[in-house]
Amino acid sequence: MPDLMQQTPVEEQALSRCLKQAEIDTRMLAMVIALIAIWVTLNFLTDGIFFTARNMYNLAVQSSVVGIMATGMVLVIVCRQIDLSVGSVLGFTGMVIAFLQVHVFSLGAAWNWPLTILCGLVLGGIIGLWQGWWIAYRGVPSFVTTLAGLLMFRGAAYLVTDGRTVAPMDKTYQILGGGLDGSIGARWSWIFAIAVIAWMLIHCMVSRRSCIKYGFKVKPMWIQILLLAIGAALVCGFVMLMNAYHKPRTEISRGIPVPVLIMICVVVAMNLLTKITRFGRYVFAIGGNPEAAELSGIHVKKITAFVFMVMGILCAVAAVITTARLNAGANSMGTLAELNVIAAAVIGGTSLAGGQGTIIGAILGAVIMQSLDSGMVLLGISSAMRQVVIGTVLILAVWFDVVYNRNRP
Amino acid sequence: MNQTPLVEMINIHKRFGGVHAVKGVNLDLYPGEVVGIVGHNGAGKTVTIKALSGAIPCDEGEIRISGEKVSIRSPRDARKYGIETIYQTLALADNLNAPENLFLGREIMTAYGTLNDRAMENEARKVIDRLNPNFKNITDAVKNMSGGQRQSVAIARAIYFNAKILIMDEPTAALGPQETAMVAKLIKQLKSEGIGIFLISHDLHDVFDLSDRVAVIKNGRLIGTRRTCEVTKEDVLGMIIMGKLPETA
Ligand SMILES: Nc1ncnc2c1ncn2[C@@H]1O[C@H](COP(=O)(O)OP(=O)(O)OP(=O)(O)O)[C@@H](O)[C@H]1O
Ligand SMILES: [Mg+2]
Repeated sequence: MPDLMQQTPVEEQALSRCLKQAEIDTRMLAMVIALIAIWVTLNFLTDGIFFTARNMYNLAVQSSVVGIMATGMVLVIVCRQIDLSVGSVLGFTGMVIAFLQVHVFSLGAAWNWPLTILCGLVLGGIIGLWQGWWIAYRGVPSFVTTLAGLLMFRGAAYLVTDGRTVAPMDKTYQILGGGLDGSIGARWSWIFAIAVIAWMLIHCMVSRRSCIKYGFKVKPMWIQILLLAIGAALVCGFVMLMNAYHKPRTEISRGIPVPVLIMICVVVAMNLLTKITRFGRYVFAIGGNPEAAELSGIHVKKITAFVFMVMGILCAVAAVITTARLNAGANSMGTLAELNVIAAAVIGGTSLAGGQGTIIGAILGAVIMQSLDSGMVLLGISSAMRQVVIGTVLILAVWFDVVYNRNRP
Repeated sequence: MNQTPLVEMINIHKRFGGVHAVKGVNLDLYPGEVVGIVGHNGAGKTVTIKALSGAIPCDEGEIRISGEKVSIRSPRDARKYGIETIYQTLALADNLNAPENLFLGREIMTAYGTLNDRAMENEARKVIDRLNPNFKNITDAVKNMSGGQRQSVAIARAIYFNAKILIMDEPTAALGPQETAMVAKLIKQLKSEGIGIFLISHDLHDVFDLSDRVAVIKNGRLIGTRRTCEVTKEDVLGMIIMGKLPETA
């Protein structure tokens, strides 16, 4: 009898218990389901064009620009700030990179493009640090500082060349944009896939061992294996899709686009930054309770300024991809990108109340935003209408965040 | 007692704009001693001890630690002198779990310079078990914890790092009877280890039970400090309410 009494509630909660054992966030799961629903719907509406290799390849490239900046926006929003200037900073650093590459350094020299990238990253970092200084040390709210930055750096982007477009870029540099030669081919894509799967296996084994060493609970074996299998299937599926897209009039597979690889590097780096460094821990602590962070001896101002610096550097990374893809520097690059980036972070589960957010979530958010956008392009919806939709999605995402936080146990 | 006091706070003043919250308070604390600080709401108890913990540096006055004049301008300074504080507001980051809060600002790192979460959890479990054996869900976010559990986390944080001076601002306000008894036991034990404790409480019974001396603050002024064995609760109540010193026998 007592056994029966216990059985019922346990069975009722079977699903949530399974999820908990697998340590899957329900919110993340909801996002994945939403993404799949959006994809299936768009594929249906576009008569199968959406799921073609070509479209998925372009989607991957476009998502990486937004995704890279969204990972930085996660940190910014987690520590209770906002950055409205990311699109303009992208435009300005992009213009400076293009100008240096084409007009200042000698085009064609092997050191040209690495040096221009370095200059761009440093410039992005300085801009971020400068904004962070006003916010953290001078007490100007980030909303105001970065709104001013939105205006200033868009103007600065124009001033670099008085509005003229700079082109063409270095041949090698163009690879970074994911264009015609901007992918790593079928063989390297598979090697990459194998490396990723091997890494997942090793990571999983190492963490199991250290859990056991400290006497902590480990996930049941079958769940672990199931998760690994799903991960491996996703990686292989992605590589197959990217390989199915051929270079024009040939049978040569494109493989994984370089911008996606850059994004993966950024994601890994940002994930490590948030999970295993003091800096990441402090960013979350500040978001949870700034006063407590200060009382715990954390240099709140310094950390806040650094968060903006990281954001600035990531804008420069996005600027590199954008200029390489355009094969030019145009002062309108990144216009309205801040909306997509903030929306990606928020859709990806970053709470505007601060203290909560994940890097992976932001990438999912970026893919969702970009899927909607490019799906609407495929459907022939005007850019004016697309803006209306994207704006609506942003409000809905924040509303979802509010409701979700209210109903949380 | 003719040893040097662990802490001397001399003529501490603090103003917030026009509000003169603390007006020349003097407090001292000896090793192995518990000094209770009592007073009405808004008397200035919290502001006074925050001058010592570095949370609100004082405008005027002198602080000496073991006889040496020090300048405490931030919580980092205070930690340097072995001062640990349990704040009335607990000062926990709600989104982090208990071990993360416990080690905030003083994380255990691995040999590679990364956070060692497992080791921190292990250590946290040990110290929290000592305070509150029923408290098992320490890896939940603090916001999902009960008031008493949160308080246990704040207490654990203050005692883990071998403080010399402990400031407890109403440490048992949210605790159940069993946990309060645990904290009382803990205070006695820390005392026997030679740690000096400032204990702010509204519970005169606890104050009389635990402290060697009691200091009464009223409207930002120190009314007086008395040995608890030499006064009655009525005397102290008179000091708190009327600001009247008891007739010394
Ligand atoms: N940050 C602040 N800004 C302005 N005024 C403050 C601040 N903190 C405290 N005060 C004022 O200082 C006075 C003393 O406050 P304090 O917090 O020390 O009281 P308390 O004795 O701890 O009271 P309680 O028993 O309610 O905790 C109060 O009048 C309060 O309004
Ligand atoms: Mg108080």
